[in-house]
Amino acid sequence: MRYLPLTPDDREAMLAAIGVKSIDDLFVDVPGAARLDGPVDLPRVAGEMEVERALGALAAKNATAGNVPFFCGAGAYKHHVPATVDHIIQRSEFLTSYTPYQPEIAQGTLQYLYEFQTQVANLTGMPVANASLYDGSTAMAEGVLMATRVTRRNKAVISGGVHPHYVKATETVVHAVGVETQALPAAVDAEAAVIDQIGPDTACVVVQTPNIFGTATDVTKIAEAAHAAGALLIVVVTEAVSMGLLKSPGEMGADIVAAEGQSIGNALNFGGPYVGLFATRDKLVRQMPGRLTGETVDADGERGFVLTLSTREQHIRRDKATSNICTNSGLCTLAFSIHMSLLGETGLRRLALLNHEKAVATRDALAAIPGVEVLTPRFFNEFAIRLPKPAAEVVEQLANHHILAGVPYSRLAPDAGMDDVLLIAATETTLDADIQILAKTLARVLAN
Amino acid sequence: MSTMNTVGRPTTPNAVLTKPATLTGGRGLLQNEGLIFEGEGWGKTGVDLPAPKGDGSDLGDLVRRDPIGLPGLSEPEAMRHYVRLSQKNHAIDLAIYPLGSCTMKHNPRLNEKMARLPGFSDIHPLQPQSTVQGALELMDTLSHWLTTLTGMPAVALSPKAGAHGELCGLMAIRAAHRAAGHGLRSDKPRNKVLVPTSAHGTNPATAAFVGYTVVEIAQTEDGRVDLADLEAKLGDDVAAIMVTNPNTCGLFERDILEISRLTHEAGAYFYCDGANFNAIVGRVRPGDLGVDAMHINLHKTFSTPHGRGGPGAGPVVLSEALAPFAPAPWVVNTGDGFKLVEREEDEAGQAFGRLCAFQGQMGMYVRALSYMMSHGSDGLRQVAEDAVLNANYIKARLEDLMSPAFPEGPCMHEALFDDEWLKGTEITTLDFAKAMIDEGFHPMTMYFPLVVHGAMLIEPTETESKAELDRFIHAMRALAGAAKAGDKDRFKGAPFHAPMKRLDETRAARQPVLRWTAPDGSNMAAE
Repeated sequence: MRYLPLTPDDREAMLAAIGVKSIDDLFVDVPGAARLDGPVDLPRVAGEMEVERALGALAAKNATAGNVPFFCGAGAYKHHVPATVDHIIQRSEFLTSYTPYQPEIAQGTLQYLYEFQTQVANLTGMPVANASLYDGSTAMAEGVLMATRVTRRNKAVISGGVHPHYVKATETVVHAVGVETQALPAAVDAEAAVIDQIGPDTACVVVQTPNIFGTATDVTKIAEAAHAAGALLIVVVTEAVSMGLLKSPGEMGADIVAAEGQSIGNALNFGGPYVGLFATRDKLVRQMPGRLTGETVDADGERGFVLTLSTREQHIRRDKATSNICTNSGLCTLAFSIHMSLLGETGLRRLALLNHEKAVATRDALAAIPGVEVLTPRFFNEFAIRLPKPAAEVVEQLANHHILAGVPYSRLAPDAGMDDVLLIAATETTLDADIQILAKTLARVLAN
Repeated sequence: MSTMNTVGRPTTPNAVLTKPATLTGGRGLLQNEGLIFEGEGWGKTGVDLPAPKGDGSDLGDLVRRDPIGLPGLSEPEAMRHYVRLSQKNHAIDLAIYPLGSCTMKHNPRLNEKMARLPGFSDIHPLQPQSTVQGALELMDTLSHWLTTLTGMPAVALSPKAGAHGELCGLMAIRAAHRAAGHGLRSDKPRNKVLVPTSAHGTNPATAAFVGYTVVEIAQTEDGRVDLADLEAKLGDDVAAIMVTNPNTCGLFERDILEISRLTHEAGAYFYCDGANFNAIVGRVRPGDLGVDAMHINLHKTFSTPHGRGGPGAGPVVLSEALAPFAPAPWVVNTGDGFKLVEREEDEAGQAFGRLCAFQGQMGMYVRALSYMMSHGSDGLRQVAEDAVLNANYIKARLEDLMSPAFPEGPCMHEALFDDEWLKGTEITTLDFAKAMIDEGFHPMTMYFPLVVHGAMLIEPTETESKAELDRFIHAMRALAGAAKAGDKDRFKGAPFHAPMKRLDETRAARQPVLRWTAPDGSNMAAE
């Protein structure tokens, strides 16, 4: 087997050095009843060529975003990632290293993490960010739990504009520890409705901007209302590029930002791996989940970086830790950081404007179709439309025409009574021709 | 006097008498590299994008006006920056990386190639299911491999790492107890989770995270779960035990069948931390040991790369009793295609909810399946055998100089030593580890498990050749000899030859500096 270096002679020599006769002598502690005599019933060893053929056949059965007019978003976005990014993250020293527990031989990792934390802090407009969580949805759950620790209150008010899967993933975890949630009904312009629900027992208010329907909202007033009641404001962002054009959560008064970083540097990957961005205010740092990198000096006084404030973490605090997270999204943070370094502020702002322009052009083309109603008043790169037919059916028909037309809201929330709502995203990768084909074909499908 | 060629260029080196510090901080191939924020990249970009037509003014007051604070690099500058940084990292591709419990094995590049096929990497999690049948089939195939290798009937794929898998397993257990009338807020709550003192930190952290009270189980002198203590602590208030097997001392729990029998008799579930599945894959099926739930770190046993700490993946295999409680989403083979069930309400089951926005770590599923298919069932069995052989070889070759924590009998995939043998030398486990860095090796896991004083946990994995093991053993023996010979300075000041000297972790924690800030403090930050 090509990945196993020991030869039969090596194995004999090593068994002799250990002082046993056979490999079975090293498995003596396994109860006899639980020992397998031979390989389990699965295919045997296979060469590269065979594996490549088998997996290639499976890959070929999927319709890829790059090959068709593509308008899916709802928490995962198709962006162009520079070739440099994927090259660098495949360098052995990044790909095949571990969590930087020995800082003297992990400065490469620790320095880019420090740069990543700074990039995320500045992007979100917050003072401090951690070294990542699994994804945006788990970041939201961690944010709610953190808010209950900070405020010593037990209830989260969640806007009807938050991604339904984020709400579900958060509720699954926080309900387990007895935290109450009040998830408000879905609405295109849902965010302001949270204000009336804030009470003395509210630990946090969770809003999303742009929200699941694409609506961009200035949440400053919500922050003020939350703070007046002693609650924290958590802002969820599922499209990180939006922060290159829209006011940052920090600027609008967020206490915690829980964001999905996939859009920068990372592929769609059918949903994972992605990268959870998590940022907060200075005074809340010690309640933060996840790893943090900090600056220090070595014995010669040279600047260096180490993992720090680990007394919050499971490997030190065990059952008193702020979170159980250990492995996070290491390599995805590197991809994010490289892509962001290549973009710089100039590139990011340009990228964000291009996204917005493509979405506006898409909206204009679709708004002209009889029967289509545009629902989202102001948006970044995604908006919702109402169709005269169930959106899931329309999407399926358009898929038959090799167009991936967007995400039916009913796929995320079948019980919301919004079967006719379709979420449509455009990015810098969207061609004018894609928009025309979508508009033309949608008009035809609706006319039939 | 050096030899000269015809134009007077010396062709042999002069003898070097002293090693002066460099004038600029560079050190040969090792470049002195500043932060991106300290360069001149403000306003620069390394991505050529078409000029936008508008300025976003249709969004009015929503537009971000203030500077963000993101420097840019041209492509060559970016390449240099990250390549320079990379050269300050140890990596499995450079030398043995014997971090016990972390399973740092070779990462086949075929897996990377497969995960990057556009048919897997360029598909959206919410595309119509008719357009991603190959992806769903891959998830179904991976499930088949995982359930067959573990002898368990079901698997929840979506957890994103080991600790997330623990969360998944314990939530399934909670849901099962609640369904049976023993929820945390019921009259007869099962609210305790028993965890051995040697457990990974994530075990007690996860149990507490889900609202359980953690009770520690004692360990016997031979490094296993103390059955008498377990039996005494099991009762109708216990929800589950969490046992790592092979355990964190690198030992197989000999009484594992008795442990699971006692646990089940007490009405509790057996959660197995599968971090060490690498040691037994293909030779032992956890289902045959009475396990009810076990997470599998795809980034350990099935070699999806660690990427400096993620992304991982932690699918959880489940027993018949717990399978109905698995979280959404999951894949069903309908006979004429594959269906992704995204809402637990759609099925008759009692799923406990959802753990993340989409269907988990697809990129890791592809890599893990590529790894499994490459080995096949016979190769995977060989993986366990070689991993165990390598660890025992190291133990055998070092036990005369260092003190194995549990000298009796074989270890499994990792060899555990304590610091007894360093007594009187004034050298600590940390000092010894730092001196290993100077010899070109990444240290083993230190001070874990907590039950062994000054623990040194060495896990070579099956992908080390005998030559590399011998090279490692040679260095360890040389260092051990130096330690015993009183060559203290070699250890106390180590590392001397790494990119940096020992770093001040106390200072980092006392005065946390967690981000770059401009000298004038303004730096375009929010506050």
